[in-house]
Amino acid sequence: MTDMGLAVRSLEKSFGGVIAVNNLNFDLPVGQLLALIGPNGAGKSTSFNILNGQLKPTSGTVKFKGVELVGLSPKEIWRHGVGRTFQITATYASMTVCENVQMALLSYHRRLYSLLPIAARLYREEALALLEHVGMVDQENRPCSVLAYGDLKRVELAVALANNPTLLLMDEPTAGMAPKERIELMALTNKIVNERGISVLFTEHDMDVVFTHADRIIVLDRGTLVAEGTPEEVRNDEHVRRIYLGSHHA
Amino acid sequence: MGFYIVQFLTGLSSASALFLVASGLSIIFGVTRIVNFTHGSFYMLGAFIAYSLVGVLDGFFGFWISVILSAMAVGLIAVLMEMLILRRIYQAPELFQLVATFGPILIIQDLALDIWGPEDLFGASAPGMDGAITIMGTPMPEYDLALIALSAVVLGGLWLLFNKTRWGTLVRAATEDRDMISALGVNQKWLFTGVFFLGSFLAALGGAAQVPKGGASLIMDFEILAPIFVVVVIGGMGSIPGAFMAALLISELNVFGILVWPESTLVLMFLVMAVVLILRPWGLFGKPEAPGQHGQVGAPEQPYRPLSRKANTLFAAVLGLLLVLPVFASDFSLVLVMDMVVLSLFAASIHFLMGPGGMVSFGHAAYFGGGAYAVALITSHFELPMEVAFFMGPLGACALALLFGWFCVRRSGVYLAMLTLAFAQVAWSVVFQWGELTGGDDGIIGIWPSPWLGSKAAYYYFTLFFGVGGIMVLRRTLFTPFGYAMRACRDSALRSASIGIDVNRQQWLAFAFSGALAGLAGSLFVYSKGSIFPDEMSLARSFDGLIMVLLGGVKTLAGPVAGASAFTWLDDVISRLDYWRVILGSLIILIVLAFPQGIAGFFRERFGVWFGQETDT
Repeated sequence: MTDMGLAVRSLEKSFGGVIAVNNLNFDLPVGQLLALIGPNGAGKSTSFNILNGQLKPTSGTVKFKGVELVGLSPKEIWRHGVGRTFQITATYASMTVCENVQMALLSYHRRLYSLLPIAARLYREEALALLEHVGMVDQENRPCSVLAYGDLKRVELAVALANNPTLLLMDEPTAGMAPKERIELMALTNKIVNERGISVLFTEHDMDVVFTHADRIIVLDRGTLVAEGTPEEVRNDEHVRRIYLGSHHA
Repeated sequence: MGFYIVQFLTGLSSASALFLVASGLSIIFGVTRIVNFTHGSFYMLGAFIAYSLVGVLDGFFGFWISVILSAMAVGLIAVLMEMLILRRIYQAPELFQLVATFGPILIIQDLALDIWGPEDLFGASAPGMDGAITIMGTPMPEYDLALIALSAVVLGGLWLLFNKTRWGTLVRAATEDRDMISALGVNQKWLFTGVFFLGSFLAALGGAAQVPKGGASLIMDFEILAPIFVVVVIGGMGSIPGAFMAALLISELNVFGILVWPESTLVLMFLVMAVVLILRPWGLFGKPEAPGQHGQVGAPEQPYRPLSRKANTLFAAVLGLLLVLPVFASDFSLVLVMDMVVLSLFAASIHFLMGPGGMVSFGHAAYFGGGAYAVALITSHFELPMEVAFFMGPLGACALALLFGWFCVRRSGVYLAMLTLAFAQVAWSVVFQWGELTGGDDGIIGIWPSPWLGSKAAYYYFTLFFGVGGIMVLRRTLFTPFGYAMRACRDSALRSASIGIDVNRQQWLAFAFSGALAGLAGSLFVYSKGSIFPDEMSLARSFDGLIMVLLGGVKTLAGPVAGASAFTWLDDVISRLDYWRVILGSLIILIVLAFPQGIAGFFRERFGVWFGQETDT
């Protein structure tokens, strides 16, 4: 479609003899929210971990802004402007909310090996601005170890935005959250995507979240892409109905 | 041809003890998650008891009954230790349990010295197996064949136990997933106790069975630790076939390596481990560790805050007292305080790595002693002035830490710790064995400071400057981006990699940084004593450092200083008494049972609010 977005071509991954991802092709243009859904074992996590560099695919290519991501480490992929959040939040429990964001900024500004300045004073304003964005600025001085789960997710979002990403990979962004929190977090994500013109690829179990917030949806089943389109198209897809509702409904 | 077959069988027989002891360690760790340092002592005790029993029970059967009986006896001693000490602290942070296993080492050392005396004991050959058979013209001792048979029997027995009995299945289940066990309605207490018996039985069996070949001596306890840790790292933690294959691999390489290059044995072990770690970081039969937490122990630390005014005042007061000390203190007490400062710096360097860094070093004496030796060697071989040679300590130690650390940081948790121990043992052996260069056991003497630092008081201020300065550098570094990034890697390696932190490299440099400061402590040490001996690089020294940090408390930045000062003072007071090891060992056990948070942790809990170290919840 476009050189600026994400283009996945002929992606395959097998573990031993088991094929987890089978000939996956899709595009994610700039500024879109693309949901990757499918039942358990469909290959969502595997595809995700290939995109962020934690797994090497058996074959296939992943181009982002024209750059080949396959073969790059998570660190290098991050340097190309890909941010990510985790299904189970991964934050620094022994640091404050603000320090968590500052940590990402220290990395972004390549100050990780500085032995002189006091870390807590560096990029504080930038970090607070990001926290303002996600509505966590009033809790900036609390340790991350004591935050409510929904708040941790917001901190993670702020951390993921620290390198000015143009693509966000969100693995089950609302997992483990109360319904009200889910709506708030996705509304926030929507707002950020619109303001910053970034693209988001997310996996999600909650179909309400998917059909309300995604611009487009791709559906995986047993490693193979079985449907792709707008929420409306996917909702009416025969195959998808079979997967999600059971074959006797078809 | 016969020669090579015999050589191969010899390797197989020397793998026997290694396999027995290492599999015992592996089984205990698998279920209880305790790295039992007393394991080496149980091995030694097995040898001593068997030595005595063999003297009483005659004949072929008498010999084997002695071997089994001594293993049983040691197993029971281990059960006693498990029930009296470890059971009380399974809930304590994992690392703290380590300290509890140091106490019994010291106690057993003193008891063995008292009962069996200081001389090495040479075991009589096993009755009925003292001959040799001839394989294609080359003689092969019968007892070596018996050892091979013994390890085959144990390997088979363990396989039956773990695959065909309910108890064995439970042990395997507990190794896979500890939380499952309580869900299965099993009495966890007795499972742990049983596993402790089995593991220690195997250690003592290994010790007892090698008496006819190697006898019994007081240094066996530490000597066996490095090889079995290497075996466990290579084979994969918790895997018995892994322990067997790794023991075999190392022993065979040893017996064949010695033919080609006689001094190679140590280097070979090191090389094998390096190759395995590069190709299969989790060991031959091990499983990759789950990504995520990197050595954070127990509840997360509080975020770092600058010291409150009261804490600063306290620090200034202590420093002021130290500065005026030479006015009224004797030279003797100055020496004691210098030791405290030097060891505080050493302990602080361990704490830096182990607390905020999440990397536990079981072998930090390599960098302390390495720094001291770097100074001593450069002084005695090149006659450099002290003002230059002094800085070779941190530099040399940093270089050594860069080399060893490169391998260590590729693993995490207990594997990393075992690697540090194995590397430290390599360093110690090189210094000990390379007599022409290092003086071996005689050490290097006559390393004194320049004349302007000749008086005790002058060198005291010099020590204070670099010692306290070093501790302050370590502490301040924790607040810099470098220190934050190191802590980030500990808190969540997953998150760190996803925000562009090279976790391995960050940890590697932190390892080297800590090594350099341990080397600085070594520099200060060598000039204050005028000499350096291999003991300063030994495992005992590394363990002293660990005890200081853990007694002081891992989660407070003042912990290592408090621990080192208390330990050094205590050591000075009681080391002149008879049975000081028993006393020190018992004290360590008592402190562990009384203050599971460490001394400084205890004070922080009690008086922290007063110092403005509020706990945010």
